[in-house]
Amino acid sequence: MSKNLYLFAGVVALFLFTGLVLTSWNQTLLILNFALVSSIMALGVNIQWGYAGLFNTGVMGFAALGGLAVVLVNSRPVPEAWSAGGFGILAGLALGALTIAATIFLRRRMVKGRARSLATVALLVGGFFLFRAVFDPAVDAVEAINPTIQGNLGGLGLPVLLAWPAGGLLAALAAWGIGKTALGLRSDYLAIATLGIAEIIVAVMKNEDWLARGVKMMDLKERPWPVPYEVSLQQNPRFLELAANWGFDPVSASSVVVKLCYMVMILIVLGLLIWLSERALNSPWGRMMRAIRDNEDAARAMGKDVTKKHLHIFILGSAVIGIAGAMLTSMDGILNPGTYQPLRFTFLIWVMVIVGGSGNNWGALLGGLLVGWLWLIVETLGPMVMGGITAGMAPGPLKSHLVDSAQHMRLLTMGIILLLVLRFSPRGLIPEK
Amino acid sequence: MDILNALVAFLNFVFIPGLAYGSQLALGALGVTLIYGILRFSNFAHGDTMAFGTMVTILVTWWFQSMGIGFGPLPTALLALPFGIAATAALLLLTDRAVYRFYRKQKAAPTILVIVSLGVMFVMNGIVRLIIGVEDQNFADGARFLITAGDFKTMTGLTEGLAIKTTQAVTVVTAGLTVAFLFWFLQKTRTGKSMRAFSDNEDLALLSGINPDRVVQVTWILAAAMATIAGVLYGLDKSFKPFTYFQLLLPIFAAAIVGGLGSPLGAIAGGFVIAFSEVMVTYAWKKVATYLLPDSMAPDGLLQLMSTDYKFAVSFSILILVLIFMPTGLFKGKSV
Repeated sequence: MSKNLYLFAGVVALFLFTGLVLTSWNQTLLILNFALVSSIMALGVNIQWGYAGLFNTGVMGFAALGGLAVVLVNSRPVPEAWSAGGFGILAGLALGALTIAATIFLRRRMVKGRARSLATVALLVGGFFLFRAVFDPAVDAVEAINPTIQGNLGGLGLPVLLAWPAGGLLAALAAWGIGKTALGLRSDYLAIATLGIAEIIVAVMKNEDWLARGVKMMDLKERPWPVPYEVSLQQNPRFLELAANWGFDPVSASSVVVKLCYMVMILIVLGLLIWLSERALNSPWGRMMRAIRDNEDAARAMGKDVTKKHLHIFILGSAVIGIAGAMLTSMDGILNPGTYQPLRFTFLIWVMVIVGGSGNNWGALLGGLLVGWLWLIVETLGPMVMGGITAGMAPGPLKSHLVDSAQHMRLLTMGIILLLVLRFSPRGLIPEK
Repeated sequence: MDILNALVAFLNFVFIPGLAYGSQLALGALGVTLIYGILRFSNFAHGDTMAFGTMVTILVTWWFQSMGIGFGPLPTALLALPFGIAATAALLLLTDRAVYRFYRKQKAAPTILVIVSLGVMFVMNGIVRLIIGVEDQNFADGARFLITAGDFKTMTGLTEGLAIKTTQAVTVVTAGLTVAFLFWFLQKTRTGKSMRAFSDNEDLALLSGINPDRVVQVTWILAAAMATIAGVLYGLDKSFKPFTYFQLLLPIFAAAIVGGLGSPLGAIAGGFVIAFSEVMVTYAWKKVATYLLPDSMAPDGLLQLMSTDYKFAVSFSILILVLIFMPTGLFKGKSV
C-alpha cells in the first residue's frame, strides 16, 4: 500500500508543480477537473474490462449520451415545438420501438422457416415506412420553429444535478440494447459493435436537430447548484473584497473559485463511485465476476449464467461512463456533438485504464489523473517545446509546419506509452490485488 | 425510353459509385481478413495503416508532379503506389518485429492483441498527422472523366447522362487486378499454400515444417499492399483525410465479418454487400421513380430511406444482423 501512497503523492506533487511553475492555477484546475472526470470514465471501463474482461470501444457514445441527458433534463422546454410536433415525434419513436418489439415477439412465436423470414421482413419494412410517415412531418414542424435559437423540443427544465443520474440511465439503456445483441458472441465482436454504436449515437446527435440542435450546438444556461457564474461572482462586492484582500485579480479568482466548486462536486461523485465499486469488488458478487473473467467454462459449470452477468456488468460500467459524460457537459456549459472524437473519448480512456492497472479502481483513478494531465499539458507545452527545438531554424514552411504539428505529438506519445506499459508492465502501475 | 433513362440514372448514381466503393472496401477487408486468418486478431490499426500508405503515396506523387512526371490520362498516384506499398510494408514489418512478435511468442489472448493494435493505431495516427496534417488532400490528376454525362447524352440521345470518372474506372480495374494476383498467390504459389495451411490449422502447419516467421512476414507485406492500394483508390475517388480513414474501420470490419472473418472470398463479397447497401439506402430514388412511374403517381418526397449522414448506421445494422443470424458470415469464416 505504501507504494501506492507514494504514487498518489507523486500525482499531487505533479499538479502542484504544474500550478506553481508550468502554468496558471486556473489552467491547472482545468486539467485536474478534466482528469478527474476522465477518471470516472476510466472507472466505468475498468468495471467492464477489469472485473469481467469485456472490451468496450464505445466509451465516446455513452459519454455523448450523458451529455445529451444534460440537455434533455436541464434546458427549458419549447412549448410551441411541443404543440407543433412533439406528439408526432414521440408517436413516431413509439412506432419504431413497437416494430422492433413486434418483430422479436413474432420470431419467438413462429416456427423457423420461410414464412417467418417473410413475416419478419414485411413487418420491418412496413414498420419503417410507418415510422417515417409519422416521424418526418413532426420533425419538420419542430425544426421550423424559431430555427436560429430553438428548433428543438427542449428539455424538462429541471436542475442539472438530476441530469447526472439521468445520463447514467440513458447510457445504461443503450448498453442494455447493445449488450443484448453483441454479448455472448466472441470478444472482438463486442469491440466492433460498440465502436459502431458510438459513431451512430454521435451521428444522431449531430443530425437530429429537434433533439438538441445538432451541430448548431446547445448553450446550457443553468449551472448546477451550488456552482455560481463567473460573471455574477465578479459583480458580487463581497467576493471582490475577498479577492482584493488575498491579492488576486477578480477575473481569474472567479474562474478559479468556480472550478474549485466543480472539483469538490466531482470528487464527491468519484468518492462515492469508488466506494461502491470497492464494496462490490470485495463482495461475493465481485468474486463471482472475477471467477467468470478468469475461467468462463468453470463458472458455467458452477451454474452461473455468464452472458447474463456480462450484461449486468456492461450496463453498470456504461452507466458510470454516462454519469461522467453528463458531468463533463454540465461543466463545459455547452453541448457540441462535434467535439466527440473517438481518439479523445474512447481510446484515451483505455490508455488510462491500462496504464493505471486494469482490475483496480485506484489504478483507474491514478491512470486517469496521470494520462489526463499528460494529454492536456502536451497541448499547452507542446508548441512551446517545439518552438524551443526549432528556435535555431530559419523561419520557413518547415518550421511553421513543425510548430503547428506539435499538437499531434500527443497521439504519438499516448500510443508509445500504451505500447510500453503493455509490454513491460502489463498489469499497470497499481496491479490488481 | 423512360425505362432506359431510369436504368442509366440507376447506373450513374447507384451502381457505378457502389462498384467503386465496394472495390475499395473489399481490398480493405481483404487486409483485415488476412491478418485475422494468420495472426488471429482484429487489427484496429488497419484504417491508419491505409492512411499511412496513402500518405506516402501522396508525398511521392507530389514529388513526381514537381519533377514533371505524369502518367498521361491516368493519375500519377498509380506510379507512386509501389513506393507507398514498400514504405507501408517496411513499417508493418518493423511494427511486427518491435511489437506484435513479443505477444505472438507469449501466445497472448486475442483481446490483448486487439488492445496492442490500439496502441499501434495511436502511433500511426500520430505519425500521419505529424507529417501531412489533418486537412483534406486532393491528389487526383490526369483526365477527369472516361465518359462525361454530356457525351453520353449526345451518343445515345437519352435525357439522362452517364458519367464515369477516371478514378472510378481505375479503382475497379486496379482492384480486379490486385484480387486476381492475391488469389493466384494464395492458390498457386508455395508460400500462398503454406499461408492457407497455417490459417486452417496452425499446429499441423508447424508440424509439416512450415516456417511461421516467413508466413507472418508475407502476411504483413500482403496486408500492407492491400491497405495501401485500398487507401490510395479511396483517396483518388473521394479525398484523403486521416480521420475519414480511421472511420473506414467500421465498414471494413463489417465487410470482413459479413463475408466471414478469415475468408478472402467472403471479404470481397462482404465489401460489395456493405457498399451497395450503403449507397442504395442513402440514395434519393426520386429521379429513378419519376422515370418509371406514370406522371400522375410521381413522388413528392426524395424517396430517400436514410440521410447520407447515417451511412455508418447501414453498415452497422448489416453487421448486427449477420452477427445475430449467421455469426460465421456468408462464407463460413472462423468463429474462435
